[in-house]
Amino acid sequence: MERLTPAEPLIELDGVSKWFGAFQVLRDVSLRVAEGERIVICGPSGSGKSTLIRCINRLEEHQEGRVVFAGRELGADTAGLTEVRREIGMVFQEFNLFPHLTVLENCMLGPVRVLGMSPADARERAMEFLGRVRIPEQAGKHPAQLSGGQQQRAAIARSLCMRPRVMLFDEPTSALDPVMIKEVLDVMNDLAESGMTMIVVTHEMGFARTVADRVAFMDEGSIVECLPPDRFFTSPADERTKRFLSQIL
Amino acid sequence: MDAAVLSAAVLALGYVFHRVDTVLEYRWDWSAIPNSLYRWDEETGRWVPNLLMQGFFTTVRLAILSMIPAALFGAVFGVLRTAGRLFPRLLSRTYVELIRNIPPLVFIFIFYFFISSQIMPVLGVEDFVRGASPATLRSLELVFGPAALIPNVISGVICLAMFQGAYMTEIVRAGIQSIPKTQTEAGLSIGLSRWELWRRVILPQALRRVIPPLAGQFITLVKDSSILSLISIQELTFLAMETAVSTTRVFEVWITVAGLYFCLCYLLSLAFGRLERSAAAARA
Repeated sequence: MERLTPAEPLIELDGVSKWFGAFQVLRDVSLRVAEGERIVICGPSGSGKSTLIRCINRLEEHQEGRVVFAGRELGADTAGLTEVRREIGMVFQEFNLFPHLTVLENCMLGPVRVLGMSPADARERAMEFLGRVRIPEQAGKHPAQLSGGQQQRAAIARSLCMRPRVMLFDEPTSALDPVMIKEVLDVMNDLAESGMTMIVVTHEMGFARTVADRVAFMDEGSIVECLPPDRFFTSPADERTKRFLSQIL
Repeated sequence: MDAAVLSAAVLALGYVFHRVDTVLEYRWDWSAIPNSLYRWDEETGRWVPNLLMQGFFTTVRLAILSMIPAALFGAVFGVLRTAGRLFPRLLSRTYVELIRNIPPLVFIFIFYFFISSQIMPVLGVEDFVRGASPATLRSLELVFGPAALIPNVISGVICLAMFQGAYMTEIVRAGIQSIPKTQTEAGLSIGLSRWELWRRVILPQALRRVIPPLAGQFITLVKDSSILSLISIQELTFLAMETAVSTTRVFEVWITVAGLYFCLCYLLSLAFGRLERSAAAARA
């Protein structure tokens, strides 16, 4: 894995626009994320946050602009796309574990089928990450037998097993109750401390304050402002950011 | 309550028999039935299946043999039906709509003519059977039944599989489409290829969901095989008609035949029940 110079971002969005039919979800969005950087994206629902991070691993296709990951521009070239996707981990709001597989099998699927690891090695790696998200004892269970918080941590472990260079979180705690939210945020804190590049769509402002390097506020498909948390929370420039913060804090 | 319902049912049945007996002056005579199931063969000195059992075995063969291609058609066209590209979708849709919107009987009349006049000569089944060595012939007979009827049975199998496959296609499609799109997204996000995604994520889940409706369709397939009697496939219904005429015991023959179909289908539904339970157990 080549080391990127600090000047060269790991992820670069450049003038990205996207429409769902006639409705424009993303308006000329630009964002550069350096390796090791932690970005939190917030904003009202329907502002395009999820769509934006889903463009990064091309679960959504953008229509204008460029999305570049580690020097590779994402386009219709699907052969290269799986290569890119294996380096981008993604955690969904609804966990999206594979219900017919055990937690362990969920974690082993990618390493065995995508990375070509032997089942024994994949199992070892899976157990390592399940330990790190603190649910090694749940390895043999099926997702339906786990609590929401455990499922989300299993989903995080599943992504980590691919040893991604960046982790995308799409409202990872929105489907959870407060106790479980803490379990998941603790794991995400650990991950941040380990130096993982993270882009997190969330309403958890506490997490944004303590973990993020920069907080981006999105409204109506554009990034209104993107500032370090101390400035974001104390002296936002835009009226809309102020209104949003007063509503949420 | 249960006892009341049961006795009412028994009474109703008794009444029907009574009416048949007195009003139609039908004289029940079951004596011809055992002989039309099995007869004593003087030449070999053994009991051999007579018309009804021969027909029953042919029906079992037809059912088993056509289940495989029918399931295959269903699986392939079902997957094509959900394809992103237009052409496979169109192809599969045409197949389904063509068959679903024509009565099975009409379809079979048309299609049988096509098979017997076009496909069978191309396949060269008849020549193959005629030229087969005794050993091959024996294994062929094990699978397809008496040598003389092999082309007959194969035509029946193709007909049955073609039209049952269309219904299975719809079942498979529904199963696949019932798997949330988020499963696809999760699979893609860990870098699975399209093929691995299908193989490891979508199909295993879809398959489990379609077992119950597919079981129903397999049972329908067995029952619908009776339609093939009208294109002279010598299965149970066809030979029952012959037996009914030759013995003149119409009610007795058809009640026996109904019993045979019931046994076959009921066994099948028991087997699928087991399969369903074991699939459910594997999931828990």
